[in-house]
Amino acid sequence: MRWLLLKDLQVLRRSPLQAVLLVAYPILIAVLVGFAISRSPEKPRVALLNEIPSDARVTVGRSQLPKIGVDDRICARVECVHVDSRAEAEEEVRSGDVLAALILPADLVDRINSLSTPFPRTPAVRVIVNEEDPVKARLVDDRIEALLTRANLVIARRIATEGGRFLGLVLNGGDIQVLGQTIEILGLERTGRILAKLRPALPPGELRDSVGRMIRFTGLARDNLDSAAPLLTRLTQPIAVRKQSVSGSSPPLETFAIAVAATFTLAFVVVLLVAGSLALEREENAFPRLTRGLVSRSGLLAEKVALGVVAGLAVTLLMLAGLAVFVPLHWGRFGLWLLAILGGGAALGAVGAALGAAAREVRAVSLLAFMVTLPIAFLSLIPSGTLGPGLQDVVGVVTALFPFKPALDAMESALDPAGPGLGAALAHLAILVAAYGLLARFALRRFAAI
Amino acid sequence: MEASTAAGASVIEARELVRRFGEREALRGVDFAASSGELVAVIGPNGAGKTTLLSILAGISKPDEGEVHVPEGGVGWVPQQAALYRRLTVEENLLLFARLEKHADPHGSVAEMLELTGLAERRGEVVARLSGGNQQRINIAIGLLARPSVLLLDEPSVGLDPRQRARLWEFVSALAETRDTTVIFSTHDIQEAERYGRRLLVLADGEALFDGATEGLREAVRREAPEAAESDFETAFVAFLHHRGH
Repeated sequence: MRWLLLKDLQVLRRSPLQAVLLVAYPILIAVLVGFAISRSPEKPRVALLNEIPSDARVTVGRSQLPKIGVDDRICARVECVHVDSRAEAEEEVRSGDVLAALILPADLVDRINSLSTPFPRTPAVRVIVNEEDPVKARLVDDRIEALLTRANLVIARRIATEGGRFLGLVLNGGDIQVLGQTIEILGLERTGRILAKLRPALPPGELRDSVGRMIRFTGLARDNLDSAAPLLTRLTQPIAVRKQSVSGSSPPLETFAIAVAATFTLAFVVVLLVAGSLALEREENAFPRLTRGLVSRSGLLAEKVALGVVAGLAVTLLMLAGLAVFVPLHWGRFGLWLLAILGGGAALGAVGAALGAAAREVRAVSLLAFMVTLPIAFLSLIPSGTLGPGLQDVVGVVTALFPFKPALDAMESALDPAGPGLGAALAHLAILVAAYGLLARFALRRFAAI
Repeated sequence: MEASTAAGASVIEARELVRRFGEREALRGVDFAASSGELVAVIGPNGAGKTTLLSILAGISKPDEGEVHVPEGGVGWVPQQAALYRRLTVEENLLLFARLEKHADPHGSVAEMLELTGLAERRGEVVARLSGGNQQRINIAIGLLARPSVLLLDEPSVGLDPRQRARLWEFVSALAETRDTTVIFSTHDIQEAERYGRRLLVLADGEALFDGATEGLREAVRREAPEAAESDFETAFVAFLHHRGH
């Protein structure tokens, strides 16, 4: 088997373009995928036109809230591109320089203030988007909705705080500024105390009974308003989130991205190389000569899988070493990396062997390998729970039948010290090695017959 | 079947071979034997069963019925299309197969084959850059690496120019004469079979119609299709097939 392995490596060495493509292409794809996942557009560029007058304030009752600082709050969430006019905002969106434009109209604060008047007007902001790309449109919708939800929450909290302050005045009394004048509010507590002192001085009769009823009222009102204050605060965020993970801690995003990139690389190198080199035996008419007693068919398959694993191991380790320059990796887990790469490589190699035995020529098998590997790899990256239940099950079954997902799981486990053990993923891969190995062995009969 | 096989102990023998591909019978009870140093041409029209017979004798496919006896150490097999790794050099190809054959001295065996095929000077050249004739010589050399007592060649001269063809047959004839190798080759070139085959096996529609010397086939034509007796060998052969209903 070693002589065949040596021969395949010689053939690969004699095809420099093929060798470079085989290594460079998956690495390029892997790095792009890695960066795409690890550097999602957390701060998209948004054009911002703030027409709100600088002295405008949201008022509650007869008092003004402090300045909210809308610009700062929005620009903390997105990369703001400040524009001076609506036309400029539209042009920025149309040219694609920004994802969307957010216009805060001049009357926004007036409209917010009108909500507490007999003639309320709906406050609205204007969003300009370019919806030629549905994915982009969806992203913009999500981002803008999140921004507005946050803005509403900020305003609601301010209102709740001011409401709480007024409630405190009603309960405990104090001073309030109205039209430049200081007005003293007596408050329920002091009112109750004054009435309690006054009541014994009154003669028995209707007036004294009425004062007694007022004292009870102030007590009841105080008790109930006491419980209203925390309720008012809760109103701004009535539901709290307490996250509990049932599947262990998720790996850091960088680790996941590296695992994805490494598995992509491994998958393409191994599947293409194994499938291609097996098909090449037929293209060169060497298969009948080899299997006339020089090499058993199972031995030939094992040699091709070994070729894929050796090449996949080298390229994947090279890629991990390169990525380690940018992201810290746990080199102490190197042994587990090897296990994950060898397990994943063997299963992916078995798939490559089955594909190679099924196709007639190298070009056809290369195309077939891409057609099979690429969609399955992307399906394997769909997070659980993001599809409908039926479709999610189908995707789950499909990805479980192909080694990409278990190879990715193994790679994640090997890279992440806090991740789950490698055992389950390796067992899954071992089953797939056996299944695809049998399939490849069966397909070789057809291979010999054609 | 008309037969006038050569005398002598058979080194390879097949009896009552039947091979079916679905409903079609590619071989229908073919008997065949060859002795040491014989040069046998298997001829017949396309689809006659020539390649099927040779692949069964080579052990590449199995007959549905019948039995095959091959010499110890097997037979050398040279497929119609050169079974070579085109990106490897001449020497690398030979060395690979010598190693797979588990030769005690693979480099020595390669040197011997390079000498035999006259390709020693081109040992370092990549096979893809060689002519079809030279590729076929390496193809044959690989078939000879196991030092077989029987060499099977499937349409060895297809695609070669007349000069390359002449050199090929000179080489193959020398194998039979000087090394006592039994050479069995298939061809649909009747002139070639007449010129280089010491014995002819005529197949048509999976049936063996004639097995004997070239002169024996001429005699059969004179007897069965006298109108073609004075024609050239190819015309006589076609007349013979026609007379036999093929």
